[in-house]
Amino acid sequence: MRAAVRVAIAGAVLLAIYALRLGVEAAFTEYVQRIILLAGINVILAVGLNLINGTTGQFSIGHAGFMAVGAYGAAFVGVKLAGPVHGALGSGAFSDAIVFNLALLAGALFAGVSGLIVGMPSLRLRGDYLAVVTLGFGEIIRILFNNAAFLGSATGYFGDDPSGLPAYTNFFWVFAWVSAVVVGIHNLTFSQTGRSLTAIREDEIAAEAMATPSTRLKVTAFAISAATAGIAGGLFAHMQAGVRPEDFRFEKSIDMIVMIIVGGLGSISGAILGGIFVAVSLELMRDLQQYRLVLYALLLIVIMIVRPQGLLGTRELHHLLRRKKTAQPATPTESA
Amino acid sequence: MSLLALRAVDKIFGGLHAVRGVSFQVEKGAIFGLIGPNGAGKTTLFNVITGVYTPEHGEIAFQGKNIAGLKPALIAELGVARTFQNIRIFRTMTVAENVMVAGHHLHKASIGSAILRTRAYERDEQALTKRAHELLEILGLAELAGEVAGSLPYGSQRRLEIARGLMLSPQLLLLDEPAAGMNSQEARTLNDQIRFLRDQLGLTVILVEHNMNVVMNVCETIHVVDHGETIAEGAPAEIKVHPRVLAAYLGEETPDAEASA
Repeated sequence: MRAAVRVAIAGAVLLAIYALRLGVEAAFTEYVQRIILLAGINVILAVGLNLINGTTGQFSIGHAGFMAVGAYGAAFVGVKLAGPVHGALGSGAFSDAIVFNLALLAGALFAGVSGLIVGMPSLRLRGDYLAVVTLGFGEIIRILFNNAAFLGSATGYFGDDPSGLPAYTNFFWVFAWVSAVVVGIHNLTFSQTGRSLTAIREDEIAAEAMATPSTRLKVTAFAISAATAGIAGGLFAHMQAGVRPEDFRFEKSIDMIVMIIVGGLGSISGAILGGIFVAVSLELMRDLQQYRLVLYALLLIVIMIVRPQGLLGTRELHHLLRRKKTAQPATPTESA
Repeated sequence: MSLLALRAVDKIFGGLHAVRGVSFQVEKGAIFGLIGPNGAGKTTLFNVITGVYTPEHGEIAFQGKNIAGLKPALIAELGVARTFQNIRIFRTMTVAENVMVAGHHLHKASIGSAILRTRAYERDEQALTKRAHELLEILGLAELAGEVAGSLPYGSQRRLEIARGLMLSPQLLLLDEPAAGMNSQEARTLNDQIRFLRDQLGLTVILVEHNMNVVMNVCETIHVVDHGETIAEGAPAEIKVHPRVLAAYLGEETPDAEASA
């Protein structure tokens, strides 16, 4: 019964996204559609990064590295899977969907496992070791891809087909994955695990004294966060003809940090707003490409002075709405 | 068998011998006081018992099992709860959430079932919420359950730490200066609450406290340390007049002072 209701809700959401897709594709130019897709991918990145940087309070500044692992992993697996799957199911939208989602999951898995490898040694310690290690990891991964001949080295990976990677990514898949990631991370954050992660952020010694297995939880949260960056990477890879190492420079990690700080560290709704903000502002600042980091730095400084907790602080939009609703009965017309 | 037995425990920080050869036993159901001047090593002893520090020498037997050097989370799981001298609550979380953090043994649902919100997850979550509110009721914090913990007055934060510790369903509760910052009314209530924990919940309590009204009222046995070493142990009445305790707290009477008196 319960499961049936949930499947029905999930089906309705997917149907709604599909209908929206038709609307969006009819109403907007390809240019605007691309910004919308990038905004969706940013939301996945921001919500995932917020789990470790915001909720758990362990700062990663190299998340572009995990996005790169997911992008290359998904692109490579997608290319290798396409042949056998098309052979078994015939070519068409259905088998494309299977290939694409398997490729995304593979990208998430690769990114998640790299998260485990990076997180296990660096999260045993308290303090800012994770920031240093992830910074190094992001650069090392990019240089590895830059030199991996089977992945196209510095020119990037374009698959076996001369026309490049198949353009699987569209409005439907991006927002289906946005919904899955947002709901999943939301449920995780507002659970016993989420409470334990917040407790680790607030006071790790006290959390451990309350039987919280802090290292295990930090590593788990970090791997989940890396895996979501991997999904975003896979979606990003299939938006364009290929994946290039320079798509995942340090600036990309900074963009992600701007997303979660603008919205409010620790708030999922804040991360969503931040992701959209960065997608739109990057487009608006396209002409000043190389000055954009200067502007972001300025923006961060202004935010730290004016509103250090970000737009939403650690609160969620629906909490604010709920508070408003409970305040309403006080109006005279309602009480009369 | 005592619930907790320390045997010749040493803790050394560089050149500082913070705890030197301390031994004591705490019987099940006791309210045991641990006192001494500032810097005597009381909190270090708590940290050694709870696994924050590993002792250089000696044994710490909890329910007959040596726990010296185990990880804090494991010792907590075995049934040792504590509060902190400099309050360590989770400030941005609500009062109820603070308590729920310690409820891992009631919430066995996996991360996967939390993400999928399975029935097992929701059953555990309800059990945990219910238990948290029972404990907040005992400590008189039930009305504040939804408040942000960092906004509570000092005394309430101290009681919240006790409620959070109780969530572990511990055998042994270590209270590090629970009366610090409390007014005399709050301290009297605290006395009753500590007795309630022992009488009604069957807990064993070790108390580090400077408020002598609380210590002398509520403890049955008092262990006194100074400069990391044991100087006395006994009932409150004996400790009050013990010459070495008086010397440690008030200073030695020098022969000169005696002569001039």
